[in-house]
Amino acid sequence: MEQIRKQYKKILSDYIGNQSESDLYIGQNFIKRMIQKNVTPEEVISIHKRALEEIYDDIPDSVLHGYDFLIEVMVHFGLKVQEHQALLAKQEELRIEMEVAAKIQNLLLETEVPKPRGVDIGMISVPLRKMNGDYVHFMHDDDRFLSVAVTDVVGKGVPAALCMSMVKYGLDTLEYANSNPSYVLEVLNKIIEKSVDDSMFVSLCYARYNLKTNVFTWSSAGHEPSLYYQAATESFHDLEAKGLLLGILPETKYTQQDIELNDGDFVIIMTDGVTDFREKEEFDPREKIKELANSYRHLSAQAMCEEIYKELQRLHNFKLVDDFSVVVIKK
Amino acid sequence: MNVNVQFREDGDLLVGFIEGEIDTYSAPILRDELELIRLSEGLLVELDLSNVNYMDSTGLGVFVAFYKKIVKENARLKLVNLSARLTRLFEITGLSELMEIEKGGAANASI
Repeated sequence: MEQIRKQYKKILSDYIGNQSESDLYIGQNFIKRMIQKNVTPEEVISIHKRALEEIYDDIPDSVLHGYDFLIEVMVHFGLKVQEHQALLAKQEELRIEMEVAAKIQNLLLETEVPKPRGVDIGMISVPLRKMNGDYVHFMHDDDRFLSVAVTDVVGKGVPAALCMSMVKYGLDTLEYANSNPSYVLEVLNKIIEKSVDDSMFVSLCYARYNLKTNVFTWSSAGHEPSLYYQAATESFHDLEAKGLLLGILPETKYTQQDIELNDGDFVIIMTDGVTDFREKEEFDPREKIKELANSYRHLSAQAMCEEIYKELQRLHNFKLVDDFSVVVIKK
Repeated sequence: MNVNVQFREDGDLLVGFIEGEIDTYSAPILRDELELIRLSEGLLVELDLSNVNYMDSTGLGVFVAFYKKIVKENARLKLVNLSARLTRLFEITGLSELMEIEKGGAANASI
């Protein structure tokens, strides 16, 4: 500290004498060193005061009192600055954590849309922010079965991403696309219930399509009902399914139902981000989706997904409120 | 978005009037308010949602967590005066089978 005082005094007196740019520049660089040595703002002023007292022995007491005042006030200034720096650091830390989590999530949750013969599948899944709370998982093995799980994890950030990884691993362990949807939900429910906190849960729709018999079997855990379009009657039906969200009770049982898909039929599975229309109280989102699906039904499944997304995005004035996922399965 | 709760106590019945919107931002506020309730065996907590304009799944999370606490303490929870939209949300998620959901409540005895 003595060193610093001496150097500061020299630089100060040089500047007072010449008022040159170079002395000012030296002073500015010196401050950087002082910061590195953790000298606080109020200590700088104290050093300045001492230096002035040593250079001029006729400084009036009133001026020195003025400096004392400034030193005290600076203590608070310094504290506030520290707080601010701490918040910025924390923010940066969180941002990095989220980026890492998002990268991990992207790696883990890559999903390929299968292209089996006889059925056209499309998917769109757009997160609201960096991490997607929705997840779509396809399974297609042997030529007989195709399965899809559409899930929405409640909660945000790293805990939600971890919960989703659990869903993914659970589905991977179940391996075979031919498992009964109700069984899949029962297993996943047990896994999730054990590992998540009381306010976290998952909605999931699991469907299995038998490519040989064209039977579509589905089961739902608290998920937005899927939409079924029957070409023969040109009508829409809600694929209702009662089932409790995953992760709430340890022994929840689920039921499953079947329908047969014929040429021109399609099923739309979505997450609640698609039907969430907060601003428009009178508006029925499901009617709107039926309308859109109907007008785009001649397009490919993927094109249907994209048109529905574009239109709903527009209705929200391009400010969707939740993660948005739609899967279209078309015969 | 804001939410607030007004409580009214009457022996073994505690009525909470929830007002506002329950979303990602306001859900923690609601959670903290509910956390203040001292649960005891035989207590009936009735949450009146007639002035809840909007709720998303984060809001559900608050009710689920609260419901679990209630069950643990052998108390009872009833949700009353839910709008059609809210009722649908509780029905789709299966929570209406789990929790007591009613149209009326102790506050408005309907005839």
